[in-house]
Amino acid sequence: MSGTYLGMPAFPEAAREAVGNATLRGNLRHATHTIRAKRAKAVTEVSDWAELREAGKRIKDHTLRHLDRYLVQLEESVTAAGGVVHWAADADEANDIVTQLVKMTGESEVVKVKSMATQEIGLNEALEAEGIHAYETDLAELIVQLGKDRPSHILVPAIHRNRGEIRDIFAREMSEWGRPAPEGLTDTPAELAEAARLHLREKFLRAKVGISGANFMVAETGTLVVVESEGNGRMCLTLPETLISVVGIEKIVPAWQDLEVFLQTLPRSSTAERMNPYTSTWTGTTDEDGPQNFHLVLLDNGRTDTLADEVGRQALRCIRCSACLNVCPVYERAGGHAYGSVYPGPIGAILSPQLRGTGSEIDASLPYASSLCGACYEVCPVAIDIPEVLVHLRERIVQGGEVTSRGNKVVLRPAKGHAAERAAMRAARWAFLHPGVLRTGQRAASRTRRFHPRTLPGPGRAWSGTRELPPVPAEPFRDWWQRTRGGKDGDR
Amino acid sequence: MRVALFLTCVNDTLYPDTGRAVVKLLTRLGVDVDFPSGQTCCGQAHYNTGYRHEAEPLARHFSDVFGEYEAIVTPSGSCGAMVRELYPRMGERARAEGRGDTLAATLAPVVPKTYELTEFLVDVLGVTDVGAYYPHKVTYHPTCHGLRGLGLGERPRRLLQAVKGLELAELPGADECCGFGGTFALKNADVSAAMGADKVRNAESTGAEVLCAADNSCLMHIGGTMARLRTGMRPVHIAEILASTEEEPAV
Repeated sequence: MSGTYLGMPAFPEAAREAVGNATLRGNLRHATHTIRAKRAKAVTEVSDWAELREAGKRIKDHTLRHLDRYLVQLEESVTAAGGVVHWAADADEANDIVTQLVKMTGESEVVKVKSMATQEIGLNEALEAEGIHAYETDLAELIVQLGKDRPSHILVPAIHRNRGEIRDIFAREMSEWGRPAPEGLTDTPAELAEAARLHLREKFLRAKVGISGANFMVAETGTLVVVESEGNGRMCLTLPETLISVVGIEKIVPAWQDLEVFLQTLPRSSTAERMNPYTSTWTGTTDEDGPQNFHLVLLDNGRTDTLADEVGRQALRCIRCSACLNVCPVYERAGGHAYGSVYPGPIGAILSPQLRGTGSEIDASLPYASSLCGACYEVCPVAIDIPEVLVHLRERIVQGGEVTSRGNKVVLRPAKGHAAERAAMRAARWAFLHPGVLRTGQRAASRTRRFHPRTLPGPGRAWSGTRELPPVPAEPFRDWWQRTRGGKDGDR
Repeated sequence: MRVALFLTCVNDTLYPDTGRAVVKLLTRLGVDVDFPSGQTCCGQAHYNTGYRHEAEPLARHFSDVFGEYEAIVTPSGSCGAMVRELYPRMGERARAEGRGDTLAATLAPVVPKTYELTEFLVDVLGVTDVGAYYPHKVTYHPTCHGLRGLGLGERPRRLLQAVKGLELAELPGADECCGFGGTFALKNADVSAAMGADKVRNAESTGAEVLCAADNSCLMHIGGTMARLRTGMRPVHIAEILASTEEEPAV
């Protein structure tokens, strides 16, 4: 993935800052609870939701199982429709391909449709380094870009900002990038949206190159699909002469008919809408209508490695709806930035360590960024068992083992920093296999209970810093059971 | 019916009152309860922290200890979910790793006959009114593994609603995690504490004296937070409420 997030601290440290920021907590709480309730309502309306969820899961699993075949079919159908297909093994290759394509047009600016894949590879930064300005046109992405900020949510990347903050960013920054914000801009949603509309309109009309991702690619027809709410996508996909789409290889569906499932589950899961306002589809190029040059960059960037893992591969079913973020109690407190990736929240915690590997401090900490409450799995429209994958990745970190990295099998060593934990787990396992040892330990704890400290030193402070310790009883249950024969000889 | 109490290591060591309450309650309902003394730990903490291979011998041990009983009852949603949901998964993983069917076959017998307490009462014994008396205002927190793992649904609340003298107050945000999460409480202490504080504030807003749940490990976290925040509320395991009667009321 992009280098933007390299050197991030581990999740617990990054989250600590967010937990202490009252404004951020308030913004996140308000936004996630609002959308959470709306999604629940939108989903309840659909009587066959469980079947749609199962169908989405099966379509994705089938496609992933035969990905080699569908990718070749897609390339053929896109090419037959007048598009050009490029293959990128990683972020650098994808960025090079796009940069060269833009340079060949002679343009120095591009307009962008909101796209997770281009965020993932750090395309804007790569283009900037070559003197090409990329303008984000999704309202929330515009707020993030103008604020020189990072996205903190997949669907609503500026979720960590409130209206007042957005007004200030517009008033301060818009003039540097083009049309300034209107005089006396207030923080009412209508005025903020109008300011963005006016600012973006001149970019849409001027741009010769558009860059997008895609929500789906139909192998059968070579059609790409973008679903969105603001109409900025429609502008970027139709007005420029050249359109470049960067799409992860897992975004394929076999046939047009498969869209039936996802065009129901995606909007309801993400924006809680029955149907999103704009669904754009395009197949190659059409004479005298829309972009006359179309390039599709197929991005791997860790996806094939992820596909090789039997448990972890289900993460590739993700359709980027972000329902899991909106119900996650950890995301709600820690915020998106703490996840150190363009993919925050529960899905990010299983996707980032697979796409990037578990080598960095942040990636090795992400599988632990969950209480395993299961709310994410419950809402996932393609039934990704996120807790299962989290535990699987924890195992990879503490025990090591075989993984696929850039197509090669490698054996990971157990991660450093878990030695004490590993020893404790082994000791506990040994004691638990010897009930007599457990009993001796319990009795020792009970007999010394008057001397137990109220707070713990060292790592124990993680508990007793905010919580009282439970008092140890005078005797463990098993002694009571034995002494009273299960209460038959009296309760006490 | 020969019923084994699987108390769990946490309850055995720290919450013997919960164990005594389960014995008293089930005995009152005519169930012959045994406490197999070889029992220790289901291996949940090992498994969920990433030590599946350390958890496997504990699961085999569990199966050895409890295999011969007709039903295994546990006053813990998360340990119940460990046996019911994750033991089969451990067997599947072992098979996928080329280690054959031995583990799956060893664990299979205990999976379907392991019940969380409220499930056992409602589904197996078919009772919702257990003859309990508890004259207090109580709010109920459904713990995550009971709620989403075992699908306990309305069972605990139906049991509580039938308790004489008990006033049940709705807990706002009830289905949100309290922030315990086993080793999560230590590894991500700040987020865990923030979640716990929010849970406690919601509980306080009900005006209840008691927060009740079917899992003492979650209650250890919630209760520890309540005590530190000096709320005056108490955490009580549902078994202790259901065991309480007019003749022998729990305090």
